[in-house]
Amino acid sequence: MTEQVTDWQPTATLAALRQRAELLARLRRYFADQGVLEVETPLLSSAGIPDPHIPSFTTTPGPDGVASRYLNTSPEFAMKRLLAAGAGPIFQVCKAFRCGEQGKYHNPEFTLLEWYRPGFDHLRLMDEVDVLVRQLAEGHRPLGCSEKLSYRACFQRYLDIDPFKADVSMLKSCARTQGLGEVAGLSVAGKDTWLDLLMSHCIQPYLGKDGPLFVYDYPASQAALARIRPAEPPVAERFELFIDGIELANGFHELQDAHEQRERFEADLVRRQVEKLEPVALDERLLKALTAGLPACAGVALGLDRLQLVLTDCSHIRDTLAFSYERS
Amino acid sequence: MANYATNEFKNGLKVMVDNDPCSMIDVDMVKPGKGQAFTRVKLRNLISGRVVERTYKSGESLPGADVMDSDMQYLYNDGEFWYFMHPETFEQVAADAAAVGDQHKWLKEQDMCEVTTWNERPIAVTTPNFVELRITETDPGLKGDTAQGGIKPATLETGAVVRVPLFIETDEMIKVDTRSGEYVGRVKS
Repeated sequence: MTEQVTDWQPTATLAALRQRAELLARLRRYFADQGVLEVETPLLSSAGIPDPHIPSFTTTPGPDGVASRYLNTSPEFAMKRLLAAGAGPIFQVCKAFRCGEQGKYHNPEFTLLEWYRPGFDHLRLMDEVDVLVRQLAEGHRPLGCSEKLSYRACFQRYLDIDPFKADVSMLKSCARTQGLGEVAGLSVAGKDTWLDLLMSHCIQPYLGKDGPLFVYDYPASQAALARIRPAEPPVAERFELFIDGIELANGFHELQDAHEQRERFEADLVRRQVEKLEPVALDERLLKALTAGLPACAGVALGLDRLQLVLTDCSHIRDTLAFSYERS
Repeated sequence: MANYATNEFKNGLKVMVDNDPCSMIDVDMVKPGKGQAFTRVKLRNLISGRVVERTYKSGESLPGADVMDSDMQYLYNDGEFWYFMHPETFEQVAADAAAVGDQHKWLKEQDMCEVTTWNERPIAVTTPNFVELRITETDPGLKGDTAQGGIKPATLETGAVVRVPLFIETDEMIKVDTRSGEYVGRVKS
């Protein structure tokens, strides 16, 4: 007897599939008008991302000694190699994969729109994200005025606390005041974990209620691949976009320094070890490309499934996907 | 019992929280694109029935709760406990008033129902959605009045009182929806 399968049908409506096709057509038109080149890069990579918070899928080794590969968690490394090779402004729409990320706004396999702008910094790229999102929103939903708020101003506005000056005990007591007192697993957590907790639970739900909201200039400890601007305190030139409390995009004024990039990767590998995670093969080709020279640029990744979700009347990410993970 | 990590959390999973067995009723992931992931869970305490919300850092785990639902036969009530028997093993369990709750008014000896046990101790009893019970007392029916509205109270053999149409008489068997406590229909004998 064959097992009774009842969930063969799509999770998105046919109307949602048409909306997706239309969003893709519109964004391709936008980038064509702007002279930004569409590119494709491999989804299967021999190197992974060492960030302990970004879990990769890997393939099983094939027959005849075929080594296992990483499914890309974003096309960032490969696109930076193209930039270093002189590609100029480029964009890509591709699938990205993150193991175990599943929920109302997460599907382990999702669609990213990622693009890079030589000569831009993160503030200028924020303006372009705003322009594009507004064009894509036309005919779907009116968007209120956009707002830009520094990471620090965000914490001051919603929690009345300075995220750069507060220490762990202050963040802890802030979490308690916010009704988050008991969070399992935080007894030895560092400052960034507490900041992430407050940001994701107590601030983010309020971000972008009236219109697109950009948060910029993150703590240097959360720079990821952004350059750090020396200031007091130093800040990471990174931004995120929120609408309806949902994170839609993350962008950087990209780090160009190969030496610093290697140091960050190695620090990530140490954190992986502390958290007992599998080691990851570093992307030596990316590091070599940075050494050869990445043009000064800003880049951003925008989650297309989530953008469609907030622009149309969907409430769950699966409503935007032909087949969500459970049905894939 | 096994431990369950946050990536195994799902609706219906039974876990121990604050020393009580709980059932997960809503699980969501809170994960920034860069940064620490958390799992938010709504849990129903299976003893008190209260719903609590908790946040777990990804990778944390909770001990499973040895909670089982089994179909058992209701035997009798001795004034303090309600006794149930497993139909295959003949094993018996005694449920107290807290576990039985207001379900006692639908429990008829020999009938089957679902008994939820935690570490073999009954913590909840769920009667079938529909039960058939005999009326032990109700005002005399009105001859010929089978179509008109009109309702009256009727006491059932288990002690429950339900509202029935006027034409229903003492000693008749009726079908009742235990979730709403409403009369569904006559049972043809």
